[in-house]
Amino acid sequence: MARIAQALLRRLGGMAIVLALVVTVVFIIVRVTPGDPAAVMLGSDATPEDIAQLRTRMGLDAPLIMQYGQFVMGILQGDLGQSIFLNQPVTTALAARAEPTFFLTLFSILIAVTIALPVGILSAVKRGTIFDQIVVTLTMVAASVPSFWLGLMLIQIFAVGQGWFPASGYGGPGTPFLDRLHHLILPAVALGVVNSALITRFTRASMLDVLGDDYVRTARAKGAGEGRVILKHALKNAMIPIITVIGLSVAMLVAGAVVTETVFGLPGIGNLVVSAVLRRDYPVIQGALLVVAAIYVLINFIVDMLYILVDPRVRL
Amino acid sequence: MTDTATTSRPVLSVENLTTSFKTKDGWNAVIRNISLHVHAGETVAIVGESGSGKSVTALSTMRLLPAGRSRTEGRILLDGKDLLAATEAEMRSVRGGSVGMIFQEPMTSLNPVFTIGNQIAEALVLHRSLSWKEAEAETVRLMERVRIPAAKARLHEYPHKFSGGMRQRVVIAMALACRPKLLIADEPTTALDVTIQAEILHLLRELQREENMGVLFITHDMGVVAEIADRTVVMFRGDMIETGPTGQIFASPEAIYTKSLLASIPRLGTMGAASAPKRFPEVDASTGNAVDGREMSPVAQTASPILKVANLSVRFDLPHGRVHAVEDVSFDLHPGETLSLVGESGCGKSTTGRAIIRLISPTAGTIVIGGQDVTKAGTRELRTMRRMSQIIFQDPFASLNPRITVGSAIAEPILAHGLMGRRDAKTWVAELLEQVGLPAKMADRHPHEFSGGQRQRISIARALALNPKFIIADEAVSALDVTIKAQVSNLLLDLQEKHGLAYLFISHDMAVVERMSHRVAVMFLGEIVEIGPRAAIFDNPQHSYTRRLISAVPVPDPVRRGLRPEPLTEEIKSPVRPFEYVPPKRSYREVSPGHFVQVTTS
Repeated sequence: MARIAQALLRRLGGMAIVLALVVTVVFIIVRVTPGDPAAVMLGSDATPEDIAQLRTRMGLDAPLIMQYGQFVMGILQGDLGQSIFLNQPVTTALAARAEPTFFLTLFSILIAVTIALPVGILSAVKRGTIFDQIVVTLTMVAASVPSFWLGLMLIQIFAVGQGWFPASGYGGPGTPFLDRLHHLILPAVALGVVNSALITRFTRASMLDVLGDDYVRTARAKGAGEGRVILKHALKNAMIPIITVIGLSVAMLVAGAVVTETVFGLPGIGNLVVSAVLRRDYPVIQGALLVVAAIYVLINFIVDMLYILVDPRVRL
Repeated sequence: MTDTATTSRPVLSVENLTTSFKTKDGWNAVIRNISLHVHAGETVAIVGESGSGKSVTALSTMRLLPAGRSRTEGRILLDGKDLLAATEAEMRSVRGGSVGMIFQEPMTSLNPVFTIGNQIAEALVLHRSLSWKEAEAETVRLMERVRIPAAKARLHEYPHKFSGGMRQRVVIAMALACRPKLLIADEPTTALDVTIQAEILHLLRELQREENMGVLFITHDMGVVAEIADRTVVMFRGDMIETGPTGQIFASPEAIYTKSLLASIPRLGTMGAASAPKRFPEVDASTGNAVDGREMSPVAQTASPILKVANLSVRFDLPHGRVHAVEDVSFDLHPGETLSLVGESGCGKSTTGRAIIRLISPTAGTIVIGGQDVTKAGTRELRTMRRMSQIIFQDPFASLNPRITVGSAIAEPILAHGLMGRRDAKTWVAELLEQVGLPAKMADRHPHEFSGGQRQRISIARALALNPKFIIADEAVSALDVTIKAQVSNLLLDLQEKHGLAYLFISHDMAVVERMSHRVAVMFLGEIVEIGPRAAIFDNPQHSYTRRLISAVPVPDPVRRGLRPEPLTEEIKSPVRPFEYVPPKRSYREVSPGHFVQVTTS
């Protein structure tokens, strides 16, 4: 147990360093991109004096190192600044938009894993059969389909055609929770199916690898039945690369929210980023970048922790 | 044992077993008409070279081959019950229940993500319907029976914490969990060091006696056969060539193949009065008759060594300690001479070889090649140095790039050093291939078109390409079948005689070392414990470890079975030490001219 705690602490330390780097990089990126936020805010009619005044008020004329210090202090206190256009703190804006992004990611990955694990395992066990060949072909097709195209097709069929689901949006402010989730079904299926392709292929490959290993033969020689051989002995070993791909998929889903939320008209964090970029709303861009990067780091941390749980050799 | 056994009904009867694999061109029989019987308390060995079908025989017997891609015909009777007619559920109760199996690779045959206790207990839960709690108690008892020290404490440990020998004990405990009537052991000691092999064989024999089990023992090693088998089946390319009582097979083999197999085995103590290395016997494959190899011509004494290693140390840091892989090793290598580094896995012999040609950086010490100190050599000096020294590795399959023709692989060092133009290089490659006994026209082929022995010849040709002064042969013949091993070893001896090459011959195989060496250095835990002329080391070993190493080598003579002392059960100590550990200064005592033995301090 002490070993596990030690590994945990080491990874947490690493995570802190990565996050510090992310904060710095985000700060620099926003400062070096062309366009003066003060000028953008005031529009084309503003005089240079007005702009200079606003720059002072926003702290943009302070030395970079001071700005950086303030930025870091703010983050440590949970303050990501004030949105220029939304007239509210960035944290509030992000929190208000987090729900659709969170549930869309969650549903998508659940759908993807629910399809991918059984299909991938079965495909490996029944290697070379018609079933396996169909799986290999279908996953290749699904992996090459863009999720927005699949989404549009689903909308065309099930929303516009059948009217079972809403075509876009997330309902107004007063919409009940379940109704809001109802809006997420089509996008989640689109993303889930596309993401399941990669995970299925990895599951299949990883299982095939493991099924040829000596300890699988040992398990059979011990008299274990096929179910036990596959689900106990092989799967736990095969999970190590599969966990990596699932983690990557989640991270990609979060980072890809910018595209999917635009296509499906969902008012999530991705959507917020797009409008913030268009309006040069720097504090919001910074804040959203930080949050997405932090989620990325967190997912990697969770994946590392899962490794430790699955594979005793990593605990060294 | 044998007398009572033959009268009763055999535990296992295999009759006309033929197994085929599905290929593109239909069914291809890989073993044909194998018949054998194993009685209670009896050990039957199946012996043969790689590809002879011995493992397929074992796997077919337990129906462990992939169902769709293989087909098994004939009869397999276990206690009178036909296994080929049994249902899959019945087979499951046979496997691990009435028949236990042990496989070759202890490092990979345990599941890395489950504890040792869980894996042994699983067999008990599956077959004896014990609860996991009851199974755990029984598991501790089993672990004690296979003499795993501190069994109770190690129950919840994972396989990676166990050494190869200990893992094999775990596998044996697993196989014996349900007191099987038959044990099938497929090369159970091949991957182990010889002292560990001796321990495991001893353990198997004891357990067999206690349980009155029948044992089907698969091996390529005639020494092991002589040691343990009551009866022997010799296989060659899928056919059963000869079968009979082991003593009879060794004393008067009938089949030509058996004769040549027996004649090719490297044996300890066959050097007679020879002082130089001796070629391996030449076996006439058409008669099986052998003529012992001639002694190589003596080496002219030269004053200056081609390689001088002084106080070499290699240490690696791990998170929890420091590996003292090589510690204060010193020796000279003279032109035309073979110095063997022998010892068991982890003793530092390969690390020494790699440090000499700077594939690994030494921590301390000096390496002088051809009079030039290369310990701190920069990139350019290293290039020059590498023209003088070359290395051949163990695995002929992994050490050639599969996408490059063997001609290009051999030419690569010549071209890389800019020594010849492409046309000259091509002629030189042709000449090299002929020197190692391969037709020159094979230069255009890719490695997969060659057998293991041929690939090792290609590796030798590549090593010779730069006309080196000395070659480090790192287990260069260890992975080869006995007949091929003898041929490649003879090739190395001939090349040495012809070119005056010096070899640093790294090997764990004492019988090959005895034939090949002028001098021998025995390594243990990173240190040389004994070094001296070959005859002195083998005929008058001084250090206790040297004696242990020599006495552990199986003797391919069933008559001498049981004359050896009982092996000790102990895990080889680890070269991992705490960071603050300072190795003690060792001193050596000269036993006879050139024969030094480490003075034990403790």
